[in-house]
Amino acid sequence: MTYSLTINGRQKTVIVAGDTPLLWVLRDNLGLTGTKFGCGAGLCGACTVHIDGQPVRSCLVTMAAVARAKITTIEGLSVDRSHPLQRAWIAEQVPQCGYCQSGMLMVAAALIRDNPRPTEDDINSTMTNLCRCGTYPRVKRAILRASGQGGSAP
Amino acid sequence: MKRESVLSRRGFVAATVGLGGSVLFYMRLGNQPASAASPTSTHLNDWIRIAPDGAVTVFSRTTELGQGALTSLALIVAEELALDPVSVNVEMAPVTEAFMDHGNTLGYGVGAAYYATWGSLSSRDMDGSMRKIAATVRVLLLRAAAHTWAVAESECTAENGVVRHLGGRTSSYAALAPMAAKLPVPQDIEPRPRAGWRRLGRATPRVDIPAKTDGSAVYGVDVKRPGMLVATIAQCPMFGGKLESVDASAAEKMPGVKKILALEDAVAVIATGYWPAKQALARLHPIWRAGERKAADSAAQYASLRRAVQSPDHLYLPEGAHAPELLAAHGAGMAAATAHLEALYEVPFLAHAPMEPMNATAHITPQGAELWVPTQFQSMVRDVVAELLGLPREKVTVHTTVVGGGFGRRTEIDYAIQAVQIARHVEQPVKLIWSREEDTSRGYFRPMAVMQLTAGLDARGQPTAFSFTAACPSIMDYSIERRHGAPQQEIEEAGIANARDLPYALSAQKISLASTDLGVPLTWMRSVGSQASVFGVECFLDEMAAAAKADPVAYRRHLLRRRPRELAVVEKLAAFAAWDRPAAAGRHRGFALNAANGSVVAQIVELEISPQRAVRLHRIYCAVDCGIAFNPDTVVAQMEGGIIFGLTGALLGEISVKDGAVLQKNFDSYPLLTLAQTPKIDVLILESDAPVGGVGEEAVPPVAPAVANALFSATGQRLRSLPLMRQGFSLADAI
Repeated sequence: MTYSLTINGRQKTVIVAGDTPLLWVLRDNLGLTGTKFGCGAGLCGACTVHIDGQPVRSCLVTMAAVARAKITTIEGLSVDRSHPLQRAWIAEQVPQCGYCQSGMLMVAAALIRDNPRPTEDDINSTMTNLCRCGTYPRVKRAILRASGQGGSAP
Repeated sequence: MKRESVLSRRGFVAATVGLGGSVLFYMRLGNQPASAASPTSTHLNDWIRIAPDGAVTVFSRTTELGQGALTSLALIVAEELALDPVSVNVEMAPVTEAFMDHGNTLGYGVGAAYYATWGSLSSRDMDGSMRKIAATVRVLLLRAAAHTWAVAESECTAENGVVRHLGGRTSSYAALAPMAAKLPVPQDIEPRPRAGWRRLGRATPRVDIPAKTDGSAVYGVDVKRPGMLVATIAQCPMFGGKLESVDASAAEKMPGVKKILALEDAVAVIATGYWPAKQALARLHPIWRAGERKAADSAAQYASLRRAVQSPDHLYLPEGAHAPELLAAHGAGMAAATAHLEALYEVPFLAHAPMEPMNATAHITPQGAELWVPTQFQSMVRDVVAELLGLPREKVTVHTTVVGGGFGRRTEIDYAIQAVQIARHVEQPVKLIWSREEDTSRGYFRPMAVMQLTAGLDARGQPTAFSFTAACPSIMDYSIERRHGAPQQEIEEAGIANARDLPYALSAQKISLASTDLGVPLTWMRSVGSQASVFGVECFLDEMAAAAKADPVAYRRHLLRRRPRELAVVEKLAAFAAWDRPAAAGRHRGFALNAANGSVVAQIVELEISPQRAVRLHRIYCAVDCGIAFNPDTVVAQMEGGIIFGLTGALLGEISVKDGAVLQKNFDSYPLLTLAQTPKIDVLILESDAPVGGVGEEAVPPVAPAVANALFSATGQRLRSLPLMRQGFSLADAI
C-alpha cells in the first residue's frame, strides 16, 4: 500500500504493508534511524516518537493506524540540538551508550511541554523507558534542569 | 612501577611524514610479549597525526561503549600537547597489526595480538602508552622550533597549537611537524606529572555525547549500505541443539523476502527490511533437534553445584605457598576457633541485555569481506571471518560502529559470524538484526555459582581461619578465545575471582574451586566472577561481624588495619554516609567493599521495608579510589551506572533454564531496574597516589551484598541467594 505521512513537518510517501510497525517504516523505509529498536514489544521505550504530539512506542503502532497523523521523531526535536532537553542532556552528560536516549528525550519532551515544572514523582511515573547503562539519575537531573528546577554543570 | 620500566627499557619513538601531508608520530614499544604482569601494550604506532591545517587526530583501539574512553584519550593528548580537548579528533584505529595490543595478557594465540575492550583496561592502557607517546610528540615539536630558530629548547613553550620562543617568535604545530618527524626521537620523555595537569583530572564533556542527543550517532543497527538487505534469525532454543528441518515454502513467497537460509543450528530470512524478514521468520516453524546437554534445567544445575562445592578440585595457592602447609595452617586455625560459621551463597545465570540487540552488517565480495560491527573484540572478528571465508586477514575490513551497550556480551562474535554466513549467499551487503527474544535467550551468560564460606572465630569474634569455595562452570570453556586458539589453562580462576586477593586480614585462608560444566554458554560480564564472590564474601563478613556482636563496618576496619588504601575508602565513606549515627527511623543500612583492577569501591545502601515486605531503596553512598580520575565526571557516571547495573542483578535478574533452553525472552520476563526504582546515588571520588585503576566494572559487585546486608539489618533474615526479590520481597519505587 502507498501511504503518505507527515514526519518532522515534511510530507513523505512510502509503499509498505499496512501492518508494518511505524518503527520499521521510519528506520528501513525513511532512513530515520535515530528511533531505536530495543524490544519490539513496547517494553523498553527506545522507539518512542510523538504521534499528533503524544509519546507513543512506535514498535506497537502500524503504518495503517497512523497514516494521517503528524509524527515527530528525535531528528525533528530540533534542527540544531537546541531543544532545552537536548541542552540539558549535554550539560548533565546524561548518555552513556546512548541507545535508549532518543526514546527518553521524546518522552521527556512531551512531559515538560504538558507539565512545564514536573515534580520528581511526575518524572518517576512518566519516564518508564529502560536504560541498561544506568543513566536514570542524570535523566532525572536533566529534566529538572530543562524545566528550570536546578541542575549542576558537569 | 614494573609497567613503566618495561616501557622505558624497550620503547622507542619514531616519526614519519605520510598520508597526504599529515605527519604521523608513532611509538614502537618492542616486539616481545610483555610479562603477564603488564596489562599494557607493547606495540603501538601511527597513533597521533598532525594535519597541514593543524588538526590533531589520535587513534583509539578502545571501543566507546559509553564509558567515556574516547574522551579520556582526547584529554591525554590535549594535556601533553597543550590543546583544547575539544580540538583533538579521536578516530577508531583500523583493525590492522599496527594497532594491535601485543601485551598478550590473555595469550589467546591467534597471532598473539588483539584489539579489544575489556577488563577495565582502557584507561590503564592509555596511562601506560598514550601519555608517553603524546609527551614525546610535544618535545619533538619544541626541538624542531629550537633548531629552526637556533635557540635553546628550554626557551620554547607549546600551547594551543603554537610553539612560542620567549623572544616572541611563533610557529604552528602543523608547520613544525614535518621537521619534528625527521629529528632523532628521544626515548626518555616522561609525561607531565600529575601536579602539573591543566586538563586531565578535570570534569570534561564527553566527545560522543552530542550525537547521542539528536539521533545522529550511527550504531551497528543503523548501518546503511547501498543495496543493503536485512536479515533476522531464529536459533535453536536448546543449547547444543541443531536444525532438523524447515519448510520454507510459505515464507519464501511473502512480500519482500529474498532468501531463506537453513544454518546448522538456526534459520535466517533475508528480506528488504527487518519487518518482512521477521514476518517470514514467524512462518517458518523450524523443527529442532535437542543437543546432548538437554538434561539441563536450573534446579538440577543448582543441585549439581551444591554437590560440587563439597569437593573442590582446585586449591588456590598464593605465590610461594605450598598446599600441605596451607591446608595445615587452615586446619590449625579452624581447630583453634571457639565458634564456627558456615554458609552457602548462590547466584543464577544472568544475561547482559544491552539495549541494542546483537547485530552486524557484512558485505562479501570476490575481493574480500567488509563488516560493520558493534563489537568489543575487533581482532577476533577479523581473524575468525578470514578463517571462515578462507581469506587472508588483510582482505577482511572491520569497521567499529557506535555500540549500544556491551557489558562483555560483545566480546563474543557469534552474531558477526552469522552475518557472514548469511551475507555470503547474496551479492548485496546484509545487516543481521537479532530480535530481543534471541538476544535474551541466546546470550553467553554470567555463570551460575554456588559458594561455600566458612570461618573459625576466637572468643573475641576475631577470625582464626577462613575458607571460600566456589562451584561454577568455566567461562573460558565457552569463550570465543578458547574456540579460536587460546591455550588450555590448567584451571580458570574466574570463579573465585577477588577471593584470591582479599584485602582483609583473614589468616589461615583456604580458597578453592570446583569447576563444573552446566552446558550453558558463558562469557565475561562486567566485573565477571566478582559479581558472585563479592556477594558471598561481603555478606559472610557481615555474618562474622554479627557473630562477634560487632558493627559490620567497625569489624571490617579492624580487618583492614594494615591496608591503608582500603581503610581510607571505608572510613571516608562511613563519614560521608554518617554510618556512626543511627539510621533514620524505619531505615536500614548495609555496607560492602570491592577492591579490584587497581581501584577500591565501597558502598552503603539505605532502604526501608514495609510490613508486606515491599523494599524501597532510599539512597546509595559510594566512595571510589581509582588512583587517578582522568575525567572525574566519567568516573561518577561509571559508579552510578555500575550500581544500577548491579541492582538489576541483585534484585531482579535471573536467567533460568528448562529442558536445555532459556525461559526468559524479553524485558517482561527479564526485567531491568527502572528510573522510579532507582534511589539517589551519591559518589565520592577519593584522590590517591595509586596509578590509574579501572572504573567500568568495579562498582557492580558491592551492590548486591550491601542490599542483602541492609535487608538483614531490617529483617534479621540472611539472604544468601540472588535475585533478592525472589526471596519473598517486592520492589517498590525509590524515594
